[in-house]
Order: sequence, then C-alpha cells, then structure tokens
Amino acid sequence: MEEQEIIREFLIESHENLARLDQEMVELEKRPQDTCLLASIFRTIHTIKGTCGFLGFTTLEAVTHLTENILNQLRNGERVLTPELVSLILEAVDAVKAMLDRIERTGGEGEETYQDLRGRLEAAWRGSAPAPPRPVEQAAPQEAAPPRTETADAGASSTKPPEAAPPPARPEESAEANAEAEVVPRGPSVADTTIRVDVGLLDKLMNLVGELVLARNQILQFSARQEDAVFNATSQRLNLITTQLQEGVMKTRMQPIRTVWNKLPRMVRDLASGCGKQIELEMEGAETELDRSIIEAIKDPLTHIVRNSCDHGLETPEERVRAGKPPVGRLTLRAYHEGGQVNIEISDDGRGIDPERVKAKAIQKGLVRPEQAERMSERELVNLLFLPGFSTAERVTNISGRGVGLDVVKTNIEKIGGVVDLTSRKGEGTTVRIKIPLTLAIIPGLVITSGGERFVIPQVSLLELIRLEGEAARKQIEWIHGTPVYRRRGTLLPIAYLNRVLGLKDDAEREAINIVVLQAEDRQFGLVVDAISDTQEIVVKPLGKQLKGLNCYAGATIMGDGRVALILDVLGIGQLAGVITERREQAVTEVEQAETTVEQRQTFLLFRAGSFERLGIPLALVARLEEFPQSRIERAGGRLVVQYRGRILPLVPLSQILEPGGEDTASRQDPAQVIVFSDGERSVGVLVDQILDIVEEAVEVREQSGRKGLLGSAVIGGKVTDIVDLGAVLERVGEGWLGSAPGGQRSSRRVLLADPSAFWLGMARCRLEMAGHRVLEAGSREEALARLKQHRVDVVAVALDLPGGAGELVAAMRRDPALAAIPVLALAGAAGAPGGELEQFAACQAKFDQDAVAASIERLAAAVRASQIEAVGARS
Amino acid sequence: MATVLKQESSGAAVEAGGTQQYATFYLDGFFFGIEVLQVQEVLRYQEMTRVPLAPEVVEGLINLRGQIVTAIDMRKRLKLRPRPEGMLPMSMVVRGADGAVSLLVDEIGDVVEVDRESFERPPENLEGVARELIRGVYKLRDRLLLVLDTERAVEVGHG
Repeated sequence: MEEQEIIREFLIESHENLARLDQEMVELEKRPQDTCLLASIFRTIHTIKGTCGFLGFTTLEAVTHLTENILNQLRNGERVLTPELVSLILEAVDAVKAMLDRIERTGGEGEETYQDLRGRLEAAWRGSAPAPPRPVEQAAPQEAAPPRTETADAGASSTKPPEAAPPPARPEESAEANAEAEVVPRGPSVADTTIRVDVGLLDKLMNLVGELVLARNQILQFSARQEDAVFNATSQRLNLITTQLQEGVMKTRMQPIRTVWNKLPRMVRDLASGCGKQIELEMEGAETELDRSIIEAIKDPLTHIVRNSCDHGLETPEERVRAGKPPVGRLTLRAYHEGGQVNIEISDDGRGIDPERVKAKAIQKGLVRPEQAERMSERELVNLLFLPGFSTAERVTNISGRGVGLDVVKTNIEKIGGVVDLTSRKGEGTTVRIKIPLTLAIIPGLVITSGGERFVIPQVSLLELIRLEGEAARKQIEWIHGTPVYRRRGTLLPIAYLNRVLGLKDDAEREAINIVVLQAEDRQFGLVVDAISDTQEIVVKPLGKQLKGLNCYAGATIMGDGRVALILDVLGIGQLAGVITERREQAVTEVEQAETTVEQRQTFLLFRAGSFERLGIPLALVARLEEFPQSRIERAGGRLVVQYRGRILPLVPLSQILEPGGEDTASRQDPAQVIVFSDGERSVGVLVDQILDIVEEAVEVREQSGRKGLLGSAVIGGKVTDIVDLGAVLERVGEGWLGSAPGGQRSSRRVLLADPSAFWLGMARCRLEMAGHRVLEAGSREEALARLKQHRVDVVAVALDLPGGAGELVAAMRRDPALAAIPVLALAGAAGAPGGELEQFAACQAKFDQDAVAASIERLAAAVRASQIEAVGARS
Repeated sequence: MATVLKQESSGAAVEAGGTQQYATFYLDGFFFGIEVLQVQEVLRYQEMTRVPLAPEVVEGLINLRGQIVTAIDMRKRLKLRPRPEGMLPMSMVVRGADGAVSLLVDEIGDVVEVDRESFERPPENLEGVARELIRGVYKLRDRLLLVLDTERAVEVGHG
C-alpha cells in the first residue's frame, strides 16, 4: 500500500523533471558550457537513479546510472559535449520515460532490459565514441514527440527485441503524455509566479473559509467525545489545514499601502518639474497593510490630495525662500495603524489655506450662512473645502480642484466608512488626515474577558500588561476622590474597570488584578479586566447600524469557536470611563458647549511638596514630568542641576521657595520627582515630593494668597488646592525668566488674551483668573475675532506678534460697531515696544511684567465701565 | 400561547392577482407578517454575544456564516410583555437596507397568501410603537395579520 504511494509520488516527480530535462538538453546543446544547466540535468537523473534503486527497478537504475556517469564527466569537464552525446543522453531519457510509463501502467518496469543502449552508454562513458549511431538518432534532438512512437519501431529493428514487448499499450495515451511533455517545459522556467484573481472570488473564499472554520469547530467538539483514534487524528489534521487555509485566504486580501504609494514619487517628480517646484517626498509606514478593497478605494483620493499639495499647497522655491523656508518643499505621507484604524496623513509644509478666504467663498456660494460661518473655528472653516460645490469654482483657494473636487475625495473615503479631516496653518502647511476603520482589515488583538464576556483589544493600543497578585498588590491601586489610579514607575496611571464601564456584572472576588495599559491618541490609561487570554489575528467586521452609536466598540470579530466577540475602541472606552476627558473633534460644536470648555475648564497638575499637601499648576505650563535618581543630581555654582537631554537642567526645590528655611523634603525622594517647565529654549526643573494627579475641571472658588510663590487657592477635584505662582518660582532661577508677584483688586472682567504662545497664555490666564477675571484665549487674529463675536468682552490684550497682526485685529474691531469701543492693550515682547503703530492701542505693556499687565487691564476695564459703554456681542 | 395555528396557508389561499405572500410569526399571542421576499432565512435560537450598553432591544450579535448580524428582540421592540422565562425565541433573518438583521420572535408560522382586498390601514386608535411599526392589517378569516414595517423595526435608537 505504502509502496504504491511512494511509487506514485516518484512517478509524478520524475515526469515533471523529465519534461524539463528535454528542454534543458536542447538548451545544453546550444550552450554546452552552461554549468548550471548541466548541474540541473545531472540532479534530475541522479534523483531518479536514487529513488529507483530504492524501489528495486534495476534496469531503470542501470540506465540512469550510466547516464549519470556520462553527465558527471561532462560536469567535471572531462569531456566535451558532442551532438552524438546529446542524442545518446536523450535516447536514454526516452528509455527512462518509457520505463516510467510502464511502471505507471503495470507496476513493474517490464522485460525490456535496454542491453544495446546500456552497451553504448557504457562505451561512451569508457571514452569511446558513441557506438553504432542508431538510424533514428537524428530525430531525437529535434523534439520529444516523435521519438516515442519510434522507440517502439526502433526497438523492433535495432534493439533486437527478444521480447519486443514494450510497445506502449495505447498509443493515444503516450501521445497525450508527449503532448503534455511539450507544454509543460515552458511553465517552470519562465516562472510567472503571480496571477490575477477577482476580488469577488476572494470574498467568496473568505466567507467559505469562515463556514469551514465553523464546521471544523463542530467536528472538533464532536471528536473530543469520540474514542476512535483515526477519526481524532483526521479531525486534528482538518483543524490544522483549516487554520492554515484561513490564514492563507486572509492574507490574499492584504496589501501594503506601498502598492498605491509606489506611483507617487514619479507623479510628484513630474508635477514638481512641471510647475518649477522642488519637492521632496517622504513616505513612512509603507508596509502598513490594508485590505485590498480599501487600497482600491483610497487610490484616487490619495492621488488627488497629493496632486493638490504639489499643485497648490507647496510654493515655488523663490516664494519659499521669501517666506523664510528652505527652497525644497516637503511632502510627507504617513500610514499607521492606530486605535483599530488605519491612519493616513498627507502633509506639506506649503503655504497653507487661508480660512478667511474659504469663509468668504463659502458664504458667497451660499454653502453656509454668514452667522454660521462666523461661529466656525478655523478648523471647521478649512474643512468646508470638502463640501460639494466648493471646489468646482475658479481658483479661490489654494486647494481648488482639477476636475475632481475634494468633495469626491470625501465621498469616496466615507463610502468605506472612513473620515477625512483637514488642518492647515496659513503659511505653515496643510495636513490631510484620513482615518479608515479597519472594517475589512486584519489586526492582531488581545483577547480578554470581563464580566463573563469576551472582548478583543486592538494590539496597536496596547502598551503593557500588569498583573497584581495577592492582598498587598491590591493595595497598589489607590484612590483619589473615587478615581482609581496605579503608580506605574512613579507616574499615576488612571485606572478604569472594564466591567463597570460597560455595566457588566462585577466579579467581586479576584485573586489577582490584570491591568491592560492602553494608549489612546496621546493619553494612557489602565483597563482592569478579569482575565487575559491570548493574542490573535482577527478579522474586523462592522457592526450593524443599530450599534453605530456606540463608540466604545470598533467592530466585532468571529472567534475560533464561531462565537462573536466585540472589539473595543480604546479611545471610546477611555472616554466612557472618564479617563480620557478630551473630546473627540466634534463635527458641529455647539457654541455654548465650546464656551464652557474654553472658558472654565482647565487641566491642573496636582502634586505635593514640603508641608503643602496639595499644590496645583495649570498643566499647559508643564513641559514634562521626570524622575531622576538622586545620584544624578549635581551641584554647580551653588545650584542643583541635572544633565537632561544633553543639556544642564537647573533644579529648584519647590518647598524651599514656598517655605524658605523649611525642611527639604524633596531631596529625600529617590528618584526625585521633577516637573520640567520650558518655554522652548530654556528649561527648569522644579523638585516636588510627589505627583498626585491630573485633573481637568472648572475651577470655582478662588482665594488669593499673600505667600510668596503661591497665587492663591482654588477648589480642584473637590479639595482646596494651592496654586503655584510659576513666575515667582522661575524668578529664582534667574536667566531672564519672567518675574511676577500676586496683587490686584477683585472685580470680574471679561478679558480676551490674544497671544501666539500657549505658555504665556497659560501663565497670564492663571494670573488674571486669580485676580477674579474671566479669561478667553486666542492664538491668532482670526480666533480672536471669532471669540469677540461670540462673547461679550471688556478688554482685549493682544501680543504685537500675534499671527494675523495685532494692528489688523484692532482695525477689524474698529470696523465692527459692536466691537469698536473695546479697549485694546498691546503686549510688547522681550524686545520692547516697537515704535509707530502703537497709537491705535489704548495702552502698551511689556508682556512679561504680569503685574503691570493685570493693572493695565484693570484700569482699562474700569474706564470702559465708567463711560457706560456696553459692548454688544453676537450672542444674546 | 400561539398554539392554534397553521391553517392560514390553506385558509387564506386565494387565487392569483390580488394576493401577496407573508412569512408569519407570533409575538405574545399576536400574529405578524413580513413580506416573504424580505425574509432571508429562519433560524433556531442560537447563543449570542451580548452588547453591553447597546439599546435594550438589541439582544446580541450572532454569527451568520461569517457575517455578524444584530439580533433584535421584537417583543421589546414592540413594547410587548417580556418573553416568559425558559422560552427560547426563534430568529427570522430579514434583509435590511444595510445587511441582514435577525428578528427574535416567539414562534414561526407558515407562509400565508393573503388577498389584498382584505388589507386595512392600522386603526386610528393604535398608538405608540405599534402605530409606528405596523403598516396595516389583513383581516383573515379567524384572526388579524399585522404587517410589520421591517425597515422601521430594525431602526433602533442610536445609543
């Protein structure tokens, strides 16, 4: 039985090899020096010889052995290949084929012993010329087809067939075999290894495999109850094959995004040279795999966006140089998996989009109502470009189209469930971000259970797994005002319990706590789950529209056992749990809502230092939180310093500032806890005892403080918290850091601060809020105008280096009767106030003298009130 | 409930022309019908994956040959009494605009052929969800066949 099997395989293999051999011999005759070819022929014969010896086919073995000997001589260069020799070898090959045929039909090699052939092979090997050339030998080299029938005839005439037996029983059959032999040789040598397959077929295969998996699972369950060993072995085999098949079919559909990107360098080059630009194209994450159908769908939108960037986004070298940029424009493509989505970013460092022009055009085209447009943020404005009917216009904006509008881009991406978003800074560049949910893609996922249900967490969001065991370990989860946190290498990691987040039953008794540390956008949090199973490659499937409203799920997948498991959307879960408080970009921002978030909510970093149990500072001011072993802290020039990122970072113990001469508690902490502040050039580290928390909330009650280094107290997170006066702290460091001291009177004013530096805004805001004012912030002229139109404002303080122009802001305000009367305070930078244009401002103050700024604001606001001029905002 | 059944197919057999075929099912004693062409298949109850935080009417997700299908409890959808404990619902898979949806019903009835003549708009006093989801009523000989608006039935409040 088994031998039959082996013979079968031997035959199949030999037929394939021999078919190739024919062609190779002909080739060899043309290129007798081709050692590779010779080696291949030798190998083929050698293989046959080896196997047939093992199977006991002695004649076959003898023929192949002699042939091999000759080939060996040729290979070693001991003799030269002559046409006669080629004929002889081919004759031998034919004989081998005939024998193989016979073996296939009868199971034995037959009676024919090929004495004559063997004699001549022997003679050839021994060095004599190939003996009596056979009458038919000329035919042999020509093609494989004719010799076959001739073998029979020739066998009768020249091989002196005592048992002239070997005529192929059915000539048609051998003719067929020959026909095959003729066709096959082309195959492997040319070796075109790819074929085109209809994606529909792949889809179908995918579904069929899915069903196969289910059937397999049922069989496996059934076989587990069976005694039959053969059956069990078979089902195991089925299991294995099914898994491999599943993987294979899934992979057939995946393609790296490179397949689309490959065409871009050429296109960019052509476009650049076409319009006299210099563009450098950078691509990151070209290996990011996407489902074939998604690749297809994003091809056109991607091309369109890249084309737009080259055409309109990037400037000519001259323009760039004039704008102070390097002459070579940069176009960057990035692709990566994140949060269960594929992100593709196309960004350029070109001229950006002017939101004002977009606004004007959108209003003119009647796409938005003017009052609607006024309320829109810059980001919302530039995204108006995606509205149908926008880009068909003449070149209004830098992105106007080339036939196909951006609306088509948007439609195409949304068709596959994606989102497209555009951000742009005038003069700095434009970024188009495409997010495609992985509805079709395959992602690695971590399988976990919680509350008796099974879920999958996309591996991309996974940072690490933490397992806390035993009683002591459980205490490692600490609580701050009902919020669980875990100290992960010294920093606080907010914790959420998945079962509570999802309202599942609570498994009260856990002997260990499993924390899955996750990353969503730029935030991290820990998710407590009941058990962690394993990681798997999963196929993401979309949820029905009934569940589209739940943003805690990214989709669902079918597990090995055929059951459905939900895939968690890490960002959604984080938001639901309240550990990620930042809102996702809302498509339509309600003004009211925006007001609350902008005006009152602020994120504070809470910490402990010296005898101050609860100190806070606006997180916006904090550059980083660091830990340094005490051993790394050095003294230089009477100051504490630490080497940090290739620089020397001065350190200030906070407790020493707040309570000069008090106990230095910070130096007892090892590693030392350091809050790093930076204004981009200078950095300073403030030593504290312990970082407590980060809280975002509306700060309600304020009490001013007379103590040096503190601005006052506020209730944050339900507890009284002292707010650190960063200015006073930084004063200690010297080096031109700003100085400040608390002061001012209480009277609530609405102040709009317009300054490009978030650092300064945070500082000033903190200072003014302590003085009881309500503060609005704006980073540019557009933003400032938008704020002014939304809110009633008493005083505007504007930095002279405001993007869009401080003077222009005042001019715009003067044109608007509702805003004309608002006094504007100019804030001069470190360079001091420039001469000239200052007359349009009510006053001018040096930006970093915060007390003076606060006093000026106070004075201006009082003056306004006195003259009873009410600024009327757009808001009722 | 719903034990007196399955004569409708013969009883309502009317000749061609003004007839229409409905796949029928029972819910809390009521007799419902869905146009037969909208029904993809009928399945026995199978284990499903719950979806925490989903609208209440969503019973869970089932794997229908590799496709993930949302199962909607029609008793809850129609605000009927909850299904008695231990009673396993049947699943009627309908083709919606956005793929298949499984409707969980008490019991599956026959396909009935009804005379268009016997159709009537839902009575005025029908209120609430029923008014929203019932397109009309066929007056069969011994009972009323309530025609379900499947498009609306599978439209579930977005979380």
